[in-house]
Amino acid sequence: MTLLKVEDLTIQFKSRQGVVKAVDNLSFELAKGISLGIVGESGSGKSVTSLAIMRLLQNANTEITGKIDFEGVDLLKLSPDEMRKIRGNSVSMIFQEPMTSLNPLHTCGKQIMEPILIHQKGISKQEAKKRAIELLRLVGIPSPEQRFHEYPHQMSGGMRQRIMIAIALACDTKLLIADEPTTALDVTIQAQILDLMSKLKKQRDMSIIMITHDLGVVKEMCENVVVMYTGQIVEKSPTDLVFKDPLHPYTKGLLNAIPKISSKVERLEAIPGTVPDALRMPTGCSFHPRCKYATERCKAEKPPLYKREDGREVRCFIYDAGEKGDDGNVTNEYKEYSNSINPK
Amino acid sequence: MMEMSQTNIKSTATLSIQSEVENILEVSHLKKTFQIKSPDGKKGLLKAVDDVSFTIKKGETFSLVGESGCGKSTLGRTLLGLYPPDRGSKILFNNEDITNISKTNRKNFARKAQLIFQDPSACLNPRRTIKQILMEPFKIHKIKNGEAKITELMDMVGLPSRFLDRYPHEMSGGQKQRVGIARALALDPELVVCDEPVSALDVSIQAQVINLLEDLQKQLNLTYLFISHDLSVVHHISDRVAVMYLGKIVELATRDELYENTQHPYTKALLSSIPDVSGEVREKIILTGDVPSPSNPPSGCRFHTRCPAVMDICRTKEPEFKQTNSNHFVACHLCTK
Repeated sequence: MTLLKVEDLTIQFKSRQGVVKAVDNLSFELAKGISLGIVGESGSGKSVTSLAIMRLLQNANTEITGKIDFEGVDLLKLSPDEMRKIRGNSVSMIFQEPMTSLNPLHTCGKQIMEPILIHQKGISKQEAKKRAIELLRLVGIPSPEQRFHEYPHQMSGGMRQRIMIAIALACDTKLLIADEPTTALDVTIQAQILDLMSKLKKQRDMSIIMITHDLGVVKEMCENVVVMYTGQIVEKSPTDLVFKDPLHPYTKGLLNAIPKISSKVERLEAIPGTVPDALRMPTGCSFHPRCKYATERCKAEKPPLYKREDGREVRCFIYDAGEKGDDGNVTNEYKEYSNSINPK
Repeated sequence: MMEMSQTNIKSTATLSIQSEVENILEVSHLKKTFQIKSPDGKKGLLKAVDDVSFTIKKGETFSLVGESGCGKSTLGRTLLGLYPPDRGSKILFNNEDITNISKTNRKNFARKAQLIFQDPSACLNPRRTIKQILMEPFKIHKIKNGEAKITELMDMVGLPSRFLDRYPHEMSGGQKQRVGIARALALDPELVVCDEPVSALDVSIQAQVINLLEDLQKQLNLTYLFISHDLSVVHHISDRVAVMYLGKIVELATRDELYENTQHPYTKALLSSIPDVSGEVREKIILTGDVPSPSNPPSGCRFHTRCPAVMDICRTKEPEFKQTNSNHFVACHLCTK
């Protein structure tokens, strides 16, 4: 069952220097109980996408087109009042830095009670408090009755992130958007939080959108993955296949650039150059200046998102005509590329 | 006093690994305590680095790993003289005692030991051009010919010389980190302390900077003290690795030995908790609880509150830092029984 369907989402920011296309024609689907990883480097548009789903991008200088279909309702068409009923209720979000997203002046307990009191009409304060303490226990906070009365600064980073999760799950959450939830945490704490999130996902049968730059986190947490570069999807695929057989040169590059403990390499294969300036996008494929397989065609034309027979999608001319040239044979470019990925 | 220094030298000797390569740095019983004031006004002591001994050989990359608050950055800074070490500590740089170095000697030492910082945006003065930033070391040390040298430096770190007239905000994170590296290398140092040099960078840029650091090491025969929380990066770049927990080194070994023959339960947990992209299925050890506060560390072994293999002795007796084989030191009752 499809829970969320994003169609042709385009987000543009008007600035004094010109129009910046932060997200370009983004489409993806998310089924119930599934988690989707959105991976990309800074500036790839992954956080903006999540903010758009939450409808937190309302500004005179922002232009959003497309459709964000959540349980059959287009979130972009809702009035602010209608959206308020969904935000924090069936769609919730946790952010990267738990210290800046919690209110330092209120106790953690009060902040967990807030969404309950707003969204569940007719609930008494006492019941809400009971529920908040239950939530604290659920996210693994020891002695929740005491912790209920504490302020964010009295807690460690990992505990604060647990509070954030408790707030996000306070109501009837169907979709949880996690924007780099463990980036600010230490590895041992990260392991705890990821473990907690997978447990809760199973328990509540909810869907998760995991926004991260860490491919390792995606591998551990997500069934499907979307790789973004300069606001576009460059690859969409089941997670295990991406790691076994990355299709797009950028995905391949990212995987090669990470040092791995299981293998020793003399030198890391870095992707040359940097992410282009959003105001000065290169012509053709936006990755071509950094791609070692770039051809003249890549410089001139924008590649579409090719859908392969196995359902995976990739934005690269290498996969034109389903990996087969006009004569019905596999294109030489693809042969060369696949040889470079799996040297025989 | 005499007796004290003798024991120091002795213990350093046992800790150093037999080899012909000279030691560039010998650290024995290094301690750094900060005075802190708790919110209720009580004064207390925070032992950020507590009795740490190790040596670094010329030309190697020695890494310090640990979670936030374990004292790895404080250790790096204390070695460079940015914090005065506590009494009883001893730091030898090229066999010269630099523990309580005088001001003039400090300046000479600074030419030989430099620091690369984590956040490239915070360590460059936003109101100065790259040229002014890079000229600074030459001005301070009254060295002529700085102008020629900085063009060379820019070339070395892979930046076009037209960037010299730019301000830091006009550059990307990776480019700024390259400037930080160029500044650290300006005076031809022998030892470079890299404090989380790639943590703030994107994955694709991170690989570029790691490669650059490795190239420069070969080219200039540098010794690195590499401080990081990222065990994958440390695995890639290091010759030897020390794991820190709450101000102490709990395990120290050559890279392969540490990753393949892990002994300390903390190191095991650390290694198992990294989400790795390779297909290997590993057993996960998820530690419970948080890192205790270094101002009030647990008794006995500091890791005992979170250790999955805790024994009675761990709660009361602090484990000694012992050698288990020629390349491996560990502080754990379980491993040195």
